[in-house]
Amino acid sequence: MLKIKDINVYYGNIHALKGVSLDINEGEIVTLIGANGAGKSTLLKTISGLLKPKNGNILFEGQSISGKVAQAIVKQGLSHVPEGRRVFANMSVEENLELGAYLRKDKQGIKEDFEKVYNLFPRLLERRKQLSGTLSGGEQQMLAMGRALMARPKLLLLDEPSMGLAPLLVKTIFRIIDEINQSGTTILLVEQNANMALSIADRAYVIETGKIVLSGSSDELNQSDQIRMAYLGGH
Amino acid sequence: MEFLQQLVNGVSLGSIYALIALGYTMVYGIVKLINFAHGDIFMVGAFIGFYSITILDLGFFPSLLISMVTCAILGVLIERIAYKPLRNATRIAALITAIGVSLLIEYGVIYVRGAQPEAYPGDLIPATSLDFLGVKVSSQSLLILGTSVVLMILLQFIVHKTKIGKAMRAVSHDMDAARLMGINVNNTISATFAIGSALAGAAGVAFGMYYTKIEPLMGIIPGLKAFVAAVLGGIGIIPGAMVGGLLLGVIESLVSAAGFSLWRDGVAFVVLILILIFRPAGLFGKNVREKV
Ligand SMILES: Nc1ncnc2c1ncn2[C@@H]1O[C@H](COP(=O)(O)OP(=O)(O)OP(=O)(O)O)[C@@H](O)[C@H]1O
Ligand SMILES: [Mg+2]
Repeated sequence: MLKIKDINVYYGNIHALKGVSLDINEGEIVTLIGANGAGKSTLLKTISGLLKPKNGNILFEGQSISGKVAQAIVKQGLSHVPEGRRVFANMSVEENLELGAYLRKDKQGIKEDFEKVYNLFPRLLERRKQLSGTLSGGEQQMLAMGRALMARPKLLLLDEPSMGLAPLLVKTIFRIIDEINQSGTTILLVEQNANMALSIADRAYVIETGKIVLSGSSDELNQSDQIRMAYLGGH
Repeated sequence: MEFLQQLVNGVSLGSIYALIALGYTMVYGIVKLINFAHGDIFMVGAFIGFYSITILDLGFFPSLLISMVTCAILGVLIERIAYKPLRNATRIAALITAIGVSLLIEYGVIYVRGAQPEAYPGDLIPATSLDFLGVKVSSQSLLILGTSVVLMILLQFIVHKTKIGKAMRAVSHDMDAARLMGINVNNTISATFAIGSALAGAAGVAFGMYYTKIEPLMGIIPGLKAFVAAVLGGIGIIPGAMVGGLLLGVIESLVSAAGFSLWRDGVAFVVLILILIFRPAGLFGKNVREKV
């Protein structure tokens, strides 16, 4: 579904992604783990069109998207939930969700998706008139995910959805990610919480200072001593 | 009664300031630029209205419309040509460019038509006045006030209920997040300039009706005052610009009424200084210190 081939991304003269390649098959949950500053968010931003790779190629469902603007990429069915939620704080929950469906014209479908999102996150229904800036961190995360789902994406990019949440809420969020995947959305999940991420992912990639250093099935990575030492806090 | 009379005058004048202030605030809200050419768009609007009335022989409303449309186009052109290439440049670069654009428009108009003033015809609408409890409200004031109120309601409707309005609010809050929704940021910024400039055009026609005399440098002082009004209300905040404009108009009229009419123009700047000292985020703004 998504094929990234040997991309290089720079911020000025900082070389942030160094020849990264990564594949995602339809229906999978793939997780990308790595330390702070490894380049995880940079990779997601490059996929969704906020950044342009200097070279290399990104194919989404067989079509090259590496030169395209974000708008065109969303339209093709790829949504990105950015790090730190980035909800529109000055707008209500409902308006945020409406904006998620900004490019869609099918009124009926949008209505159905509102219901789906409210079913997935009943909290959002209770608070649909509330300004999203006044939501708790967890609720904002739910809103950011709901907003992305309103575009009816085929592939959903999630950047650290568990950041700053209480353990119980982290569990809920991961359960919901699994549900979203069960209902047919492919997922690329960036996490620092490697334990949780590996528990729901099919496959994983490990990124270190802009390079993919390891990849494999979640089970393989769970067993790997290198990963346990570096990311799982294990012995 | 004298007090009430001045209050009424102040509200008419203030509604003109408010219309101009809205453009300042909307543009600032979305691209964080103080568009110093905005007062000159107001001036162009006044002239377009004048020529529509005198040369094309049109009435108030058609002239208003033509002026608004022309200014909208002008605003978009300015944004695309002068500001868009500088979107990632430093703020000071954009600010200096805005001042340059302002001078270009002022002296461009002088080059094309000369510096001599013109007078709006006084017979555009019947010059009657209504009496409310001894307060005289001229038909002109009513028309100006009515037009401003309708335009402001329309603006609120656009910003809160339409798709483009929601896109404008989204972009002004977080450009990248808006991109991820599929919003076309460039078009949204253009729309903001178009709407803000159209309001300035309307203000220009209203100003011509109210003060009669128009000339190519007429945008400077009302432009500065409208900027003060926008800061007073809280720059970037739409209802703030409305209230700030009205308040400034009323303050000015009351200062004149109290016998200090020579101080009228100075008052706006006293207000600016007071606001910057005591409430830098403006009446409607949250007082958070900006990180620079
Ligand atoms: N806008 C920017 N300008 C310059 N350098 C940047 C910019 N954004 C990120 N970087 C640098 O690029 C590298 C990768 O950053 P990135 O945000 O992708 O890391 P990350 O893996 O998402 O980290 P975290 O887990 O902290 O979110 C870092 O060294 C960072 O300092
Ligand atoms: Mg990150």
